[in-house]
Amino acid sequence: MIRLEKRPEPSRHWAYATPVLAVIATMIAGGAMFAALGNDPLVAIRTIFWDPLFNEQFAAFSRPQLLVKAGPLILIAIGLSLGFRAGIWNIGAEGQYIVGALSGAGVALAFYPLEAWFVFPLMVLGGALGGWAWAMIPGILRTQFNTNEILVSLLLVYVAEQLMASMALGLMRSPDGGGFPGSRNLGDYPAAYNDELIAGTGMHWGVVAAFIAVIFAYILLNRHIMGFNIRLTGQAPRAARFSGVKPKMLILFCLGVSGALAGLAGLFEVAGPAGQVTIDFNVGYGFTAIIVAFLGRLHPVGILLAGLLMALTYIGGELAQFMLGLPAAAIQAFQGMLLFFLLAGDVLTNYRIRVGRTEVA
Amino acid sequence: MSTAHLSIEGLTKAYPGVVANDDISFSVAPGAVHALLGENGAGKSTLVKMIYGLVRPDTGQMRLDGKPFDPASPNAARRSGIAMVFQHFSLFEALDVAENVALGMDNPPPQRELARRIREVSETYGLPLDPARLVGDLSAGERQRVEIIRCLLQDPKLLIMDEPTSVLTPQEVEILFKTLRKLSAEGTAILYISHKLEEIRSLCDWATILRLGKVVASCDPREKTARELAEMMVGMELKTPDRTGTARPEVALDVTGLSVASSSPFGTSLRDIHLKVQKGEVLGIGGVAGNGQEDLLAALSGEVQTTPDAIKLGNKRVGHLRPNARRALGILAAPEERLGHAAAPDMSLTENALLTGAIREGLTRNGFLNWPAAQSFAETIIAEFDVRTPGAGHAARSLSGGNLQKFVIGREILQRPEVLIVNQPTWGVDAAAAAAIRQALLNLAMQGTAVVVISQDLDELMEISDRFAALNEGRLTTPRPTKELTIEEIGLMMGGAHDMDVAHIDETMSEVPA
Amino acid sequence: MDLASIDPVLLIAALMVAATPILLAAIGELVVEKAGVLNLGVEGMMITGAICGFAVAVETGNPALGFLGGAAGGAALSLIFGILTQFLLSNQVATGLALTLFGLGISALIGQSYIGVKPPSTTDLDLPILSDLPVIGPILFQHDAMVYVSIGLVIFVWYLLKSTRVGLVLRAVGENHDAAHALGYKVVRIRLAAIAFGGGCAGLGGAYLSLVRVPQWTEGMTAGAGWIALAIVVFASWKAGRVLLGAYLFGGITVLQLNLQAAGMEIPVEYLSMSPYLITILVLVIMSADKSRAALNAPASLGRAFHASS
Repeated sequence: MIRLEKRPEPSRHWAYATPVLAVIATMIAGGAMFAALGNDPLVAIRTIFWDPLFNEQFAAFSRPQLLVKAGPLILIAIGLSLGFRAGIWNIGAEGQYIVGALSGAGVALAFYPLEAWFVFPLMVLGGALGGWAWAMIPGILRTQFNTNEILVSLLLVYVAEQLMASMALGLMRSPDGGGFPGSRNLGDYPAAYNDELIAGTGMHWGVVAAFIAVIFAYILLNRHIMGFNIRLTGQAPRAARFSGVKPKMLILFCLGVSGALAGLAGLFEVAGPAGQVTIDFNVGYGFTAIIVAFLGRLHPVGILLAGLLMALTYIGGELAQFMLGLPAAAIQAFQGMLLFFLLAGDVLTNYRIRVGRTEVA
Repeated sequence: MSTAHLSIEGLTKAYPGVVANDDISFSVAPGAVHALLGENGAGKSTLVKMIYGLVRPDTGQMRLDGKPFDPASPNAARRSGIAMVFQHFSLFEALDVAENVALGMDNPPPQRELARRIREVSETYGLPLDPARLVGDLSAGERQRVEIIRCLLQDPKLLIMDEPTSVLTPQEVEILFKTLRKLSAEGTAILYISHKLEEIRSLCDWATILRLGKVVASCDPREKTARELAEMMVGMELKTPDRTGTARPEVALDVTGLSVASSSPFGTSLRDIHLKVQKGEVLGIGGVAGNGQEDLLAALSGEVQTTPDAIKLGNKRVGHLRPNARRALGILAAPEERLGHAAAPDMSLTENALLTGAIREGLTRNGFLNWPAAQSFAETIIAEFDVRTPGAGHAARSLSGGNLQKFVIGREILQRPEVLIVNQPTWGVDAAAAAAIRQALLNLAMQGTAVVVISQDLDELMEISDRFAALNEGRLTTPRPTKELTIEEIGLMMGGAHDMDVAHIDETMSEVPA
Repeated sequence: MDLASIDPVLLIAALMVAATPILLAAIGELVVEKAGVLNLGVEGMMITGAICGFAVAVETGNPALGFLGGAAGGAALSLIFGILTQFLLSNQVATGLALTLFGLGISALIGQSYIGVKPPSTTDLDLPILSDLPVIGPILFQHDAMVYVSIGLVIFVWYLLKSTRVGLVLRAVGENHDAAHALGYKVVRIRLAAIAFGGGCAGLGGAYLSLVRVPQWTEGMTAGAGWIALAIVVFASWKAGRVLLGAYLFGGITVLQLNLQAAGMEIPVEYLSMSPYLITILVLVIMSADKSRAALNAPASLGRAFHASS
């Protein structure tokens, strides 16, 4: 019989090894899934993980997409990781992403067609504030009424989606759009456009913001008392209170930061790659970022790597859809599987597996 | 002795890094009250878990009435007539008494019938209990009654009691002993686990003494002195903590009219507490578990804030201040629960040093952490308090109870507090570490710190405190000099026998020779 | 706007249908949470149940088999959660989220070839006399069998928890798993059974959605129903009877806003569509503001991992 035995302290080796193991296990299980769908598993895996970066035919188009997709994922995941470390579960980043995009785009549309240097900075501010405010709803409900932030933040995603639909159809609809839903394209408004900073790399301000967020999060968690308090609250809430942490402050801080970062991600997306507010603007970055945060071990550098990997599966998935006719949903299932393997592997960090005679359970 | 009821032959159980039980052999006669004596970590719990079917031994065997006995589960043990009263109760707060009793039986009768039998048994043994009450609303003593009645309803042949008196007042202990003697006279054997020597001397007719997982002696405890038993248990001569110096007349901590509503649904609210502690004085606060100890510590440490006037440091009003503001002024505390409250289990000792030391030790600057300083603070604690660990980088949970407790207490003492409040400073700690901690607290008082020791261990409080007060249902008695107090008076301060009554125990039964 | 076009009898009848998927999922989750496990994957199990039920019903032509398939699909998915949280001791919140993400993906994958397909129809019961009663007949006695099954399940769970040994043990495990273990109960096994039951119920709810309520298959068709089911368990403060009340209240709001949309109310459709979510949040706030009650009813071990240490 196999049984688990608690380690005297968490194993650092396994903490680093499990994400790698999880990726390998997911490739094997995913390969099996692709085979079941009638594809050659090796070809499918190569199409997803190799071709977007190194295939001569596709890489030129795909490589910049890597940063375009990784930017929002990393930005959102960094914010989420702070809360997750403290046991504060904001799973409504998708909604904050939407509202950030709406408020940021709203700023741009309000100034249209003014060409001034301050338009874009104000949009950035607007996006962050929008996401922050949306996250403050679960935050305040949690601190004032002890309402579960998981459910509230998630339910607000559906509200945000409806809000966006209403904006795309109503208030923000482009007067020049011939009655079609969707706002003006910010790509045609230079003062508001979040263009590529270096042509052909996919690098835009959102990606820069993501890198800055990684650095700040690293400093916060490792060098600052606030980061220490976040970790302490997650590991031992009573000890945190004893230590002097104000739980309500911490909840508002974590939700606020994650909301603002998700809002920023939405703003950079709507002002750049997406270009306009449409009904189907959001594509699930807010949810995938949850996987990114866990896959990165809630560690800023890990999240950076995990964000790039997850972006790769997005691009590779599209490529596989195009080349092999692999359904788009397969990638979603693939990402879910990755999270399962990761969570399953975590047991090795805290427990030793013993094979031997069983305890009476 | 007649043929053994339970006999244990060469039982061994090893866990990684420690042999919890090493070749244990002894036997319990029918109807005997047999003591299992040993300090924390001696292996008593593992041993009884094997008898109760919760843990399987690696080697060795047990016999019950001469037949091989190898229970695969607690249910199997219960079917063989073994019942157990747990130290940390196996009760469910949100369920009522009858439901709790039913859960401990294999074939409980219908609820109404069960309620009738609960009343019947509680009458017979003088353990009054209302089957319809929620267990969460019961006192610690009443909860123990639930456990005992649950056992008695199954007519056990062997009753295991794991540290049963730690939650009782001295008066309640007397009543419990009468119940146990009655049971023993009726033929039920009792395996009585304790580290309290006087209890064992007054109750038990044979004692097996464990140390570090081995049987080191067995004797008739009535023929030994408490001191002899202690030395067998600990394996060395323990020196009682010594103290010199006396309290100074200045009041350090002044609590007036402190009332705090409980934060948890089954908690105890603090009601109008008054106490003064002088510089250099040790105030002991006794009381049975669950009478507001944790809430008192939380109110004094600043985890819970009150009105400014309720708590004063000298003349300074501090009741409204949060923990860090109080630390800055010199009020430090060490809560009871080591893992999860006083320390974060998965964090390193360095991080745990930072947990309370950031303010007074200057471990942060503008919010940025000074890791080298935190590490050297942790290393100082480790060195000065003889904390056994490979290094400050190791997780708190990897330390033994005694070592972690030394770390936690040391962490506060080294910050030179004006006032130090500790709750259960030696709970679950081996005797050597406990003695070291008590001595450290006394040394601190000698340097002029006002020390408040909240504890459920009366012997400890008698040993180190200048004055004694008791918490009972959230109220604190007026503190009195410890030297003037008798054990009866202390028991009455703790609430006496509460609502327990002896009347139903047959008087002749209580005369059964102990 | 033409409010007169809203027929109260049809409205009430429709609310029972609208409430049934959520009722099924919520009563299952209630049992899971009573056992001390927080499974946030209800949405994922529902959508998996929706497609499994749909696929089985289409392939066999038998809606009853479809419902069984839905329940089996939900239960199968829930066992992934069960294995991860009970044996591998993973974090329940994270694992529940993973279950939802995975369920959404796998269901879309299975559902590829079922988009636009019509399922075999589920017939409504036709009870002689009862169904023909005026007003009461259409409201209470002209539904499909699953509406009554869902109500029956609520009664079953209520009885199970209140009056049976199994229910007592289940509550005990959820209240204090260490004590239950010390008394010899198999905590992990009991919890696995509860998780599978919850998964089955959620799957059944999902199948009801795709076979009766909509009835067709579209990706992401649960649209938050699983999360609302979780909210209803909180609203009900872990009491079976109040789950019924909560689900029907919610069903009423859904149906009412749909009717208002149809009646051409002045408010934009999007704002009506967000109303069920907003009202769910409001109800959560009201319930959670009362600390004492919530604290008393919530199982004390909810969401905590159990590992039988020595």
